[in-house]
Amino acid sequence: MSARTAPPPSRERFGTAPTGSPGRRIGRALLGTAPIFVILAALLVWITIENPNFTDPPLFLLFLRRAAPLMVLAAGQLFVILAGEFDLSVGALITLVVIVAARLIDGEPERTWPVIALLLLFGLVVGLVNGLITTRLHVPSFITTLGMLLILDGATSYWTGGSPRGELPENFRQWGRLGIEDVPVLGQLPYAVFAVLIFGSIAVLILHFTAYGKQVYATGGNPRAAFLSGVNVSAVRTAAFVLSATSAVIAGILLGGFTGVSPDAGQGREFQAISAVVLGGAVLGGGRGAVVPAMAGALTLEAIFTLLNILGLESPLQYVVQGVIIIVAVAFAAFRQRTAR
Amino acid sequence: MSVSSQPAETSPRNANERPVLTMRGITKTFPGVTALASVDLDAWPGEVHALVGENGAGKSTLMKVLAGVYQPDQGEVRLDGERVRFHHPREAQERGVSIIHQEFNLLPARTVAQNIFLGREPRRAGLVDQRAMERATAEILARLGVERSISPRALIDRLSIAQRQTVEIAKALSFDARILVMDEPTAALSPHEVEALFARVRALQKRGIALLYVSHRLEEVIAITQRVTVLKDGERVDTVPTAETTPDRLIAMMVGRDLDHYYPERSERTGVPMLEIRSGGNDRLRDIDLTVHRGEIVGIGGLEGAGRTELARAIFGVEPFTHGTMTLASRPVRITSPRQAIRAGIGFLTEDRKGEGLVLIQTIRDNALLAFRSARRTTRLRQALGDEARKVDLRAASLDQEVRLLSGGNQQKVVLMKWLSTRAELLIFDEPTRGIDIGAKAGIYDLMRELAGNGAAILMISSELPEVIGLSDRIVVMRDGAIAGELPGGSDEATIMTLATGERDALVAGSAA
Repeated sequence: MSARTAPPPSRERFGTAPTGSPGRRIGRALLGTAPIFVILAALLVWITIENPNFTDPPLFLLFLRRAAPLMVLAAGQLFVILAGEFDLSVGALITLVVIVAARLIDGEPERTWPVIALLLLFGLVVGLVNGLITTRLHVPSFITTLGMLLILDGATSYWTGGSPRGELPENFRQWGRLGIEDVPVLGQLPYAVFAVLIFGSIAVLILHFTAYGKQVYATGGNPRAAFLSGVNVSAVRTAAFVLSATSAVIAGILLGGFTGVSPDAGQGREFQAISAVVLGGAVLGGGRGAVVPAMAGALTLEAIFTLLNILGLESPLQYVVQGVIIIVAVAFAAFRQRTAR
Repeated sequence: MSVSSQPAETSPRNANERPVLTMRGITKTFPGVTALASVDLDAWPGEVHALVGENGAGKSTLMKVLAGVYQPDQGEVRLDGERVRFHHPREAQERGVSIIHQEFNLLPARTVAQNIFLGREPRRAGLVDQRAMERATAEILARLGVERSISPRALIDRLSIAQRQTVEIAKALSFDARILVMDEPTAALSPHEVEALFARVRALQKRGIALLYVSHRLEEVIAITQRVTVLKDGERVDTVPTAETTPDRLIAMMVGRDLDHYYPERSERTGVPMLEIRSGGNDRLRDIDLTVHRGEIVGIGGLEGAGRTELARAIFGVEPFTHGTMTLASRPVRITSPRQAIRAGIGFLTEDRKGEGLVLIQTIRDNALLAFRSARRTTRLRQALGDEARKVDLRAASLDQEVRLLSGGNQQKVVLMKWLSTRAELLIFDEPTRGIDIGAKAGIYDLMRELAGNGAAILMISSELPEVIGLSDRIVVMRDGAIAGELPGGSDEATIMTLATGERDALVAGSAA
C-alpha cells in the first residue's frame, strides 16, 4: 500500500552566495542568446565574397554609416516592444523631422541647433502623447501609433503643401554624412557611428543597469504582477514611447544629412525597426530582448539590403524580403517559445 | 458535516457485471514532471468512486486524460471493455464521459436550453428548433426533479451556483452520460445545497451512471462514495472500500506520513496592533472591523465569493477601501495603490501565483527584487539575496534561473523572497499553498510562523479549512462581503462552515420567505 516515491529531482539546494559571476551575468543580459550574430556574420561573409572590397575599413564604415539611423531606431523601438507595445509612428516622425528642419532652418547655419532642440522637444511630446493615449485611454498602442503615423504624415505634407521646401545647411547635414577625416587605416570615421555608439550605450545603461530597465522587462513580461509589485506600469510604458520617439528624432537628423530633404525619408522605417528588434530575438508582446542584439538586427537588415543591391535585385523586392523576414523571425520566436516550455 | 452515511457496497457485484471504465497503466509526463505514473482506475455502473489526493497529486490530470483533454503517454482507457482514444473532450462526451469542472462551462447570457444543446441544437428547415430544444431540456430537468425550480428559458447568470451545477449535470445527461466526473462539486455550496446535490448523485447512481467524485472534503467522501482511490505524487497509493476507511487514514495515505507535527506550534504571545481597520468598506465589502497584531497569524475563512480576496485587495490598495479608516503600526494610512502599500510595509502573496505574483520569463533575482526596486525609495539596484534564499530554503541551480522553470513550491518561495526583500511587516497570504506539494507546504507554514515570531503580522486566506484551523491564532470568517464572526484557532470545521454559510440565519429567513 505504500507508494513508490520517485527520487527527488536533482536540483542543487540553494546554499551560500548567489552563483554565476557578475561578468557572465551581465554578458548574458547584454547579448541574450540571439542567433542574430551568426546570421549577421554569415551575411557579411557572403557580401564580401560578392564584393571583396566590402571589408576594407573605409567601405565598411560607409556601410555602418548607412545603417546608423536604423540602429538608433531599433534601440528606441526595443523599449516599446519590451514593454509589450508597438510604436508605428516613428517613420512618420522621421519624415517630419527632415521636412520641418529643412523649412525652419532654410539654409541658415545658426538656426541648426535651436531647431534640433525644438525637434527633440517635439519628439518628447509625440512620445508622451502616444504613451498617455495608450495607457490612460486604453487604446491599443497598435492603433494609437498608427493614428499618430497618419496625423504626422498628413500634417507634414499639409504644412509643406505637397513638395518640401527649404534646405539643410552643412552643419545639420554633417551628422549624417561627414565624420572625423584622415583617421589612419579607417579613413573617415563617420559621426553617425558615434551617434550609434552613444545612443546605444545610453540605451544599454538604461535598460540593463537601472531600476527603470528592470521595470520595463517586468511590465512586458507580466503587467499584472508588475503592478502588484509596485511598478507604475503606465509610467514605464509612457517613458518607453518617449525613448522611441527620441530615437526617431535622432534617426531623422542622421537621415536628413545622409539622404537630404525628401518627403519619404522615413517611409517604412517603423517596420524596419520592428523587424530589426524581432531579428534581434525580442519577443512581440514583451519581456524578452536586449539592446545589442536589436542593433545587430538592424545591421543585419541593412546587410540584406546591401546584398540584394549587389545581386542586382530590384528595390521593390526589398519590401518582399522584409515582409518575409519579419514573418519568419516572429514564427521562429514563437516556435522557440513553444519548444522551451 | 451533517450528511448521513448510507450503506456502502463495494465493487464487483454480479458476475455478469463488469466495470464501465477501466484505466490501466496511465502515464503522463510534462517537461520536467511526471504527472501520472502508471495509474489504474476502475469504475462500475452505479458506483460513486472518490478520487482524493493533495494538490498536484495527479487527480485533475487523470480526469483530463479520461475526458480527452490530454492524451496519455502510456496506458489504455477502456469503456465497456472497448479501448478508446479521445482526442477532444467532445469525443469523450459523445461516448458518455462528461466532466463537471469546478468552474462551469456555461455561457452566462444564454438560456439553460441553449447551453445544454450548445453546438448541436435540434434543427428544422435549417433553423434552430427552439421549441424542440426547450422540450428536450424540460424532460431532462424533470429527470433530475428540478423542473419546478429551473426553467429551460432561464438565463444562466440569473441562477444560483447550485442551480448552474444542476444545469451542468443536465447537460451531461443530455449526452447520455455513463461516466460523470464531478470536480470539487461542493466547494461553493452551502450545507443545504450539498444535501440536495447528494440526493441528485444518488438518483444518478440508481440510473446506473458511474460517478467519479473528486473532492478535498473527506467527510463528504465518506458520506457519499463506495470506494476511494488515493493518489499521491502522480501514483495510485491504493483503492479502498469507503466503509473500511476513515478521514484520518485517508489523510495519512495522501500525505504519506503522520500529521502530528504538520503545523507549527501557535505563538504564545502577540504584540501591539499592526493593522487596524474600522468600518472599512467599498463596492464589495462592508463594515470591516479587523485588527491584526504583530506576531499573530489571522486566518480568513469563508466560501468562494465571500469577499476574502477582496479584503486583501482593499488592504493592498488594488481596489481600495472607499470608506472607513485604516492604521498601520498606529499611523493612520490611506492606501490607494500597491505601490503605496509596499512603501507602507505591506506584502501580498496573491492567489494566482503565475498570473499575478511572478514574471515567469524573468530570473529569480529579478523577481525577488521587483518590489524592492519599484516601490521602496531607493536607487539601489542590487541587494544580496543569499539570506532570503536561505530563509525560504529555495532550491534552484542559480538565482539567474528563469522562474518558469521552477516547481510550484519553489515559485512560491520566490514570491516570498520578494516580500522578504522589502522587509514587509504585514503580510497577506492568499491561498499560500495552492498547488504546492506537501513537503514545501510544511516549509511555508514554518516560515509564516517564523515571520510572525520575528514581529510580522500575518493575514492568511485559505479555502482549505484544515490549514486555516491548524495554522491560525485567530480565525475571522467572512460572508457576503462582511465579517460574519471570529473564532479562536483550532475551532472545528462545522462551526466555521455555519458562520461562513449563515445557515442558521438562512433557516429563519427561509421560513419567512
